[in-house]
Amino acid sequence: MTVSNAIETTHLRKIFGSNVAVSDLTLTVERGEVFGFLGPNGAGKTTSVKMLLGLIAPTAGEMRLLGVSAKDHRIRQRIGFLPEHFRFHDWLTASEFLQLHAALYRMPETVIHQRVPELLELVGLSQHAAQRLRGFSKGMLQRIGLAQALLNEPDLIILDEPTSGLDPVGRRLVRDIIRGLKQRGATVFLNSHLLSEVEITCDRVAFIKHGQVLQISSLQTLVEGELSVQVRAHPLTPQVVAGLSRWSQNVRADGDHLMLTLPGEADLPAVNRYLVEQGVDVFSLQPQKVSLEDLFIQVVGTDGGL
Amino acid sequence: MNIRNATIWVIARLTFREASRRWVLWAAGILGLIFLVVYGIGFYTIHREILKEPPGQLVTKEIYGFMLMAGLYVVNFLTAIMTVLTSVDTLAGEIASGTVHTLVSKPLRRWEIVLGKWLGFAAMMMVYLLLMGGGVIGVVYAISGYMPPHALSGVGLMILGMLLLLSISFLGGATLSTLANGVMVFGLYGIAFIGGWIEQFGAFLNNQSAVNVGIISSLIIPSEAVWKRAAYEMQSSLVRTFGGLSPFSSPSAPSRVMVLYAVIYAAVVLCLAMWRFGKRDL
Repeated sequence: MTVSNAIETTHLRKIFGSNVAVSDLTLTVERGEVFGFLGPNGAGKTTSVKMLLGLIAPTAGEMRLLGVSAKDHRIRQRIGFLPEHFRFHDWLTASEFLQLHAALYRMPETVIHQRVPELLELVGLSQHAAQRLRGFSKGMLQRIGLAQALLNEPDLIILDEPTSGLDPVGRRLVRDIIRGLKQRGATVFLNSHLLSEVEITCDRVAFIKHGQVLQISSLQTLVEGELSVQVRAHPLTPQVVAGLSRWSQNVRADGDHLMLTLPGEADLPAVNRYLVEQGVDVFSLQPQKVSLEDLFIQVVGTDGGL
Repeated sequence: MNIRNATIWVIARLTFREASRRWVLWAAGILGLIFLVVYGIGFYTIHREILKEPPGQLVTKEIYGFMLMAGLYVVNFLTAIMTVLTSVDTLAGEIASGTVHTLVSKPLRRWEIVLGKWLGFAAMMMVYLLLMGGGVIGVVYAISGYMPPHALSGVGLMILGMLLLLSISFLGGATLSTLANGVMVFGLYGIAFIGGWIEQFGAFLNNQSAVNVGIISSLIIPSEAVWKRAAYEMQSSLVRTFGGLSPFSSPSAPSRVMVLYAVIYAAVVLCLAMWRFGKRDL
């Protein structure tokens, strides 16, 4: 038996009045991967997430979660969700809040009593178990929201901006939790603006704009892929520069400075050797990875989707 | 399935707990108690006055009946206000703030949330109504020994009136913002109120068109009609026969058909609220 995909959407569409929020979203997220969902503001990310969770009904298109139609509310038994604005019933204490949501997952009383303290411990809120959420900081709310999303040991967890309110310690916590989920074989769907976070945690990312997938990239290829190199050397004669064309089609020389793009790290020593053999003094040779941010700008553009 | 964990039950308990945490229960309870004490002192004073120079058994009974219905009238009005004020925000507010997102993304059907909340409020307001209505009847009985006829069905009808407003407030909350919902429910309540009065005058003056205005307003929202029926049930046969104009008495009682209409009305409106909340984007 083949394992069904974690998320499968086909031609998902949502129109609010005359405003097309999501135009045509076709996306597959495999089991066990940490998937980043990126795009400029207003790209339809949150609308898409809300459709997956049944908060918004799609205008057209199909959605399957863990192999089951997303219309079936029972599938949410195996899904965890942290909403974007983490607004919760703030007159409940942290413990009561988790107990309430565990009950909504229909967890047995005995399991709830065991699981709630464990999760409070995990997100570092054991000390605040009896405190009402009203007095919680933004970061604490995000932590309790995260604990809520982990109650049912989900097979698929959807996090809408999970680290936006968190300090560096909190972000590391989220990262560790995501790693733990992945080790357990769970799928994580991460909607985030914080590209550096996505870069560290995700296996693959989808770039979306105007509710359409522009590109899906594996972050593994981002690590292994193309890099640009900055060189400071003297003297850079036209012949020397021309000779670099066997490694790179994209070479720019300006005085003692040289910029070239290489297909991978493997060519770096050869370029260095070539320069030295040509009698050039190399002062520095700095490879620069294409960051996720560069890729984002490249794919999505700088207009922010407006 | 474990009944303790049924979604409807969990949500109903949550509603109770919220009211308790937000001091709604305590405020309503304490002020209700003060109301009963004030009412009791007032009734006792008049009772003593009557005992000094008894005006005859029949008249005495009528005075007690009038005093009782005045008390129940206020209880009915207070219950209506409380029902709307406490429930007007429960769906609309959760939708506006986003707290509903964590609830609805759970493995449940949305109507279960609506029904759970409705049951929570219904139980809460029923307790309030029973304590206040029962309190008024009890105070009158304890001081004077007077017991109105058909007290049970009278209070039952008052409960029906409360459930009716609750359902309307839920339908509004599933559709409108909190403020718009409040305006809508009280607006409807006002229509029922004035319609009821016009009907009474019409009946008193034998003017059929005025009576029709009242009937139409009762069809739009039968809350006042239900109160009139409750008052009719609990008043003395003398008032029933000879009538009289006051908000606490009802010479022309809405029929049993109107009561049945109110029951169906409340149920249908509640179902519409569940349907509407199930459909809308959150």
